[in-house]
Amino acid sequence: MSTVSENLQPVVEDEITIEVTINGSPRSGRAEPRLLLADFLRQQLGLTGTHLGCEHGVCGACTVLIDGEPVRSCLMFAIQARGADITTVEGLDDDGELHPVQQAFHAKHGLQCGFCTPGMVLTCKALLDHNPTPSEPEIRDFLSGNICRCTGYVGIVESVKEAAAAGRGVSPAAPASTTTER
Amino acid sequence: MKPASFKYACPTSVQEAVGLLQHFGDDAKVLAGGQSLVPMMNGRLAQPDVLIDINQIAELRVLEVNGGLRIGAGVRQRTALESPDVQRVVPVIAEALRHVGHVGIRARGTVGGSIAHADPAAELPTIMLALDATMTVTGAGGQRTVPAEEFFRGVFTTAVEYDELLTGVHVAVPGPASRSAFVEVSRRRGDFALVGAAVSLELIDGAARRVRIALSGVADRPVLAHRAQEFLEGRDPHDPVVREEAGRLAAADLDPASDIHAPGSYRKKVSAVLVKRALSNAVNGE
Repeated sequence: MSTVSENLQPVVEDEITIEVTINGSPRSGRAEPRLLLADFLRQQLGLTGTHLGCEHGVCGACTVLIDGEPVRSCLMFAIQARGADITTVEGLDDDGELHPVQQAFHAKHGLQCGFCTPGMVLTCKALLDHNPTPSEPEIRDFLSGNICRCTGYVGIVESVKEAAAAGRGVSPAAPASTTTER
Repeated sequence: MKPASFKYACPTSVQEAVGLLQHFGDDAKVLAGGQSLVPMMNGRLAQPDVLIDINQIAELRVLEVNGGLRIGAGVRQRTALESPDVQRVVPVIAEALRHVGHVGIRARGTVGGSIAHADPAAELPTIMLALDATMTVTGAGGQRTVPAEEFFRGVFTTAVEYDELLTGVHVAVPGPASRSAFVEVSRRRGDFALVGAAVSLELIDGAARRVRIALSGVADRPVLAHRAQEFLEGRDPHDPVVREEAGRLAAADLDPASDIHAPGSYRKKVSAVLVKRALSNAVNGE
């Protein structure tokens, strides 16, 4: 670090230690200023569930939640995330039990190759945390920044509906007589 | 697709940010939400020596209604979009913000960042031009204000000097007679617009007054459709024939560039349609 003048903040040039909270646990790693948050997660912390597709903010695959908000981790530097509360796809399950959103993607064929899926499920979680009963246009609008090249999105939209219904304790796909089973 | 090395500063006040800008001069770039700058850095289209990250400056995150709507440059686009103040006082800003990227972009992208980036196709510069907004720019010598018409100077170019920071935007509170609308055409949801149109006017005894029509995507900056504005003054925008002529006049003087997304001739045609549509939305959606 170097100081420009006495009354200015130090300027960071070299690697520094970055401390963050990831999936509820404190983690730290080294990063020079130019290290993207996505690369910090993957390379420094070994959290390779965050996928990098386009690396310029178009595809949404690298989406993580920062303080609950869906954010493209390829458009943020790790140094900017100091002190942030980050959720990655590794943090969704509960002791090996899939998160309801993950379960819904499994049940409704919300993925094929799976590359876009971490970003999809995290964006979907952010949507349902914000709006537990989204309409189909709202689902499509919220997910419009996440590109999938396999599914044609039909299964993904169904998955989000399923996850929303599961959150309400009903299954939209099941006949009326079995809706109380869950 | 990895950025080149840079030095990083993270000031916590505007004064400090301006001090850094003065010190580093043209070698420094301001990092706001990073949704335009970081893609350019990843592709090495931008290689600033120093990044001045303004995300920790709390005074830039103020959004208030106080003799007008004032949005601090650091307010996130999503915050502005969901702000009850914005939706109540100047809802057309929210209408425009809905078209800015996607939720993940708006969660980081800032109002000031989009205005200072000055992409000719971007929504916020266009709506601010239509609303006759005033930008507040802060430098070592203090603050100055710049009307939107003088603020946008060309592609990615504004009136902000290298040692100044855009700190906020101010929009007058529209009166009860005000009508406004924002519409655009884009290839896909969340893409930059091929063309966008923003309209703001007052409707007094069925006649349009103080008409402002701004278009994006048709020149090197957002532009006002002067002839269409003059034509509409005193005329009834409820009349489809009036709207048709306003659209024709708005497009007549344009000479948009062609690119891989659309030829200029298409953009010109769409401009006329969007001006008609924005006028219709503004006065029929009441």
